[in-house]
Amino acid sequence: MKTLPAVDVVIVGGGWTGLLMAKELGSRSRLSIAVLERGKPREAGEYAGTMDELDYAVRLRMMQDLSQETVTVRHDSTQRALPIRQYGSFLPGTGVGGAGEHWNGITPRLLPDSFELLSRTVEKYGARRLPADHSIQNWAVTYDEMEPYYVRAERMLGISGKAGNINGKKIDGGNIFEGWRSADYPTPPTKIPYFSALFSDAAKALGYHPYPSPAANLSEPYTNPDGISRSACFYCGFCERFGCMVGAKAQPTNTLLPLIQERKNISIRSGASVRRVVCDTAGKKNIARGVTYFDEKGEEVFQPAELIVMASWSLNNTRLLLLSAIGEPYDVESGKGTVGRNLTHQISVGAATAFFEKPLNRFMGSGAAGVSISDFDGDVFDHSKLAFLGGGHLVAMSPGYRPIANFGAVPPSVKAAWGSAWKKAALESYDRTGIILFGGEHLAYKNNYMDLDPTYKDRFGDPLLRFTINWGDNERKMVEFMTLKAVELARAMGGKEVISFPGLKNYDANRYQSTHIQGGTIMGTSPDHSVVNSYLQHWQVPNLFVLGASTIPQNPSAHPTLTILALTYRTADAIVSRYLKSPSLLV
Amino acid sequence: MVCCCAMRRREFLTLSATSIGGMLVYSLDRKPFRLFAQTEHSLRIPLRFFTQSEALTVAAAASRIFPDDETGPGAQEAGVAVYIDRQLAGPWGRDRHRYTQGPFEEHAPAEFGYQGKATPRQIYRDGLKDLKDFDQLPSVEQDNKLRQIETTLFFSLLRRNTIEGMFSDPVHGGNIDMVGWQLIGYPGPRMSNYADVDKHFGEAFRPKPVSLRDTSEDNSLRPSEDEE
Repeated sequence: MKTLPAVDVVIVGGGWTGLLMAKELGSRSRLSIAVLERGKPREAGEYAGTMDELDYAVRLRMMQDLSQETVTVRHDSTQRALPIRQYGSFLPGTGVGGAGEHWNGITPRLLPDSFELLSRTVEKYGARRLPADHSIQNWAVTYDEMEPYYVRAERMLGISGKAGNINGKKIDGGNIFEGWRSADYPTPPTKIPYFSALFSDAAKALGYHPYPSPAANLSEPYTNPDGISRSACFYCGFCERFGCMVGAKAQPTNTLLPLIQERKNISIRSGASVRRVVCDTAGKKNIARGVTYFDEKGEEVFQPAELIVMASWSLNNTRLLLLSAIGEPYDVESGKGTVGRNLTHQISVGAATAFFEKPLNRFMGSGAAGVSISDFDGDVFDHSKLAFLGGGHLVAMSPGYRPIANFGAVPPSVKAAWGSAWKKAALESYDRTGIILFGGEHLAYKNNYMDLDPTYKDRFGDPLLRFTINWGDNERKMVEFMTLKAVELARAMGGKEVISFPGLKNYDANRYQSTHIQGGTIMGTSPDHSVVNSYLQHWQVPNLFVLGASTIPQNPSAHPTLTILALTYRTADAIVSRYLKSPSLLV
Repeated sequence: MVCCCAMRRREFLTLSATSIGGMLVYSLDRKPFRLFAQTEHSLRIPLRFFTQSEALTVAAAASRIFPDDETGPGAQEAGVAVYIDRQLAGPWGRDRHRYTQGPFEEHAPAEFGYQGKATPRQIYRDGLKDLKDFDQLPSVEQDNKLRQIETTLFFSLLRRNTIEGMFSDPVHGGNIDMVGWQLIGYPGPRMSNYADVDKHFGEAFRPKPVSLRDTSEDNSLRPSEDEE
């Protein structure tokens, strides 16, 4: 195997967290940095002519190629897992920019309680209320510590929204249940399309507190503190699964890549599939020496580095640690080991599908344009008499509905699924159907985890990552409760016929849910129950950092991207101000 | 592979072109050109995967799923069979991007997704064997036939592909002249709705549809079915 000239920092993965870390370290130091991205190179301006629902939203042109690698799934540890052969419950991105290129741009902060879920729940309801098989734990940071980093992430992205709590003062029209913020959003909320406006009115009439969803899709032109200017959103309706044609949606290629390309000390190598982090455990201290990878020509090389940053999303971060035999894999029987534990996947269901009298013009919108309520989020509402803990948001998104995905829904009174009767009803319903989504939290359980699959392999012959995952009663009861609320809202909006979500059964790997998978390399206050410390630094290997949603101890209902960017800023600060001066454990 | 394609080009599907202004097909060197009706009421489209008789069956079956009736044109008019032919000939049809390593658990619960070994091409080839001379039958009998196979994987694929062929951009061979989009008032890849997104509440706003070919250079379009 060829050994390449050493670099100071190697970053595995060229998505949001990897490129943010590259930009932060590269512009604040003279370190030589190599970003290894297994997908293709990408430029911000390459999305002209890509508003093609079939190729991008149905054939999923921007996603990882499953013929090369996938994950296997089972519901409990007695079953044999099966591979996800075609995309279902989540959609991992690939290429420079990663999934940050084709996200929707919904960017809420997490509730303060989320960071201390275990202690706050026990404090209020007692330990007996926790599910018997839970593995919920506190994060290693609090909301108050995160606040300044949230501000930085919001300003970098230019988030459009309406604050609901500035320094403790509640503001009508924003999310009054959110944690305090030291500053308002950088740009005003996006426009509100008809369906979302109907929801807003109905929610108000029912006594709830609707607010415009915070969006990384700009409501007006904006220049961020790094000097990056982007234009306002056109509401063309091609966000999720697409790159933005006008650069209004914040993407790594239009916010970070231009800055990285100006720096001579940062290089991005695409087509580089990292296979192992090489760790030296012979001496007294564990030290990561570098990574091995297959380059774009298919040659395996060793890249030595002083500092290694893993930034390749929950699945690959976890798998790479397992394949590299770094840390102790989680063992479900004994409960020992940490790598792979606390796998969670944000609940996302179409809680109520409503059929309206009037057309909605729902082709117009943007990935994050919408109105939400958080009246049933976290512990905003009292759970003493409820059969579940936690909650989430109900939202009427107007993402721009496209016809292949959405044609064919008919009211329950129509029984046909093809032929003239179906066609007539589907044509009538096409622009009169609206969906109220519920996005809810998934608690961490001892039996939900990731490990290596004993049967199925990737293209290199390495074992695939295996999910053992299912819903608990808590999630099923929560969804039941929220479905009733959604149906009530749909009726108040004027829905003539309403289909309610039939309920969560087993984890469904075939139904798209969200690409918000957490856990595997979680953070914590002790190496006994976590892989990384609050600076996302590996407990046993101090020159190894792990970024992204894999470090989140349990799913917190809100979308995680803003939070993982804020965490990345926090880690970058700690590396620049402390670690580089004295490379050792920061905690 | 090359030999196989060369043979296939001898197969054609003849479509009624009374309501069609012309459609885009590809010449042997894959340069797009616009094809207009060659005789007064029909045009002959070279097939990439189906035999002529398979294409006629698929066209007839898609027309029962999405018929031409008093609510407007259907799958025949949109060229759905041409769309499906191209999809099957392309990477999707041969599972180019699906995880296809065994072992296969053919009868896994639905929540694991399709776990079978057969590619879309094989599913179509096998499924079409049960629909011999389908296009010759009266429509009532065609519907009976389809009802018998309603729960098969083949039928669910055919139904899904029919919707795709009705509503995907015309660059993929279906939705000829944006006939599907006109049925539902979908304007296609319209660049900006900035001035309209928060207006027209409660009333239909139906801008004239545009297709990718209207908004982009032909030579910049790379439909996935033309990839390796």
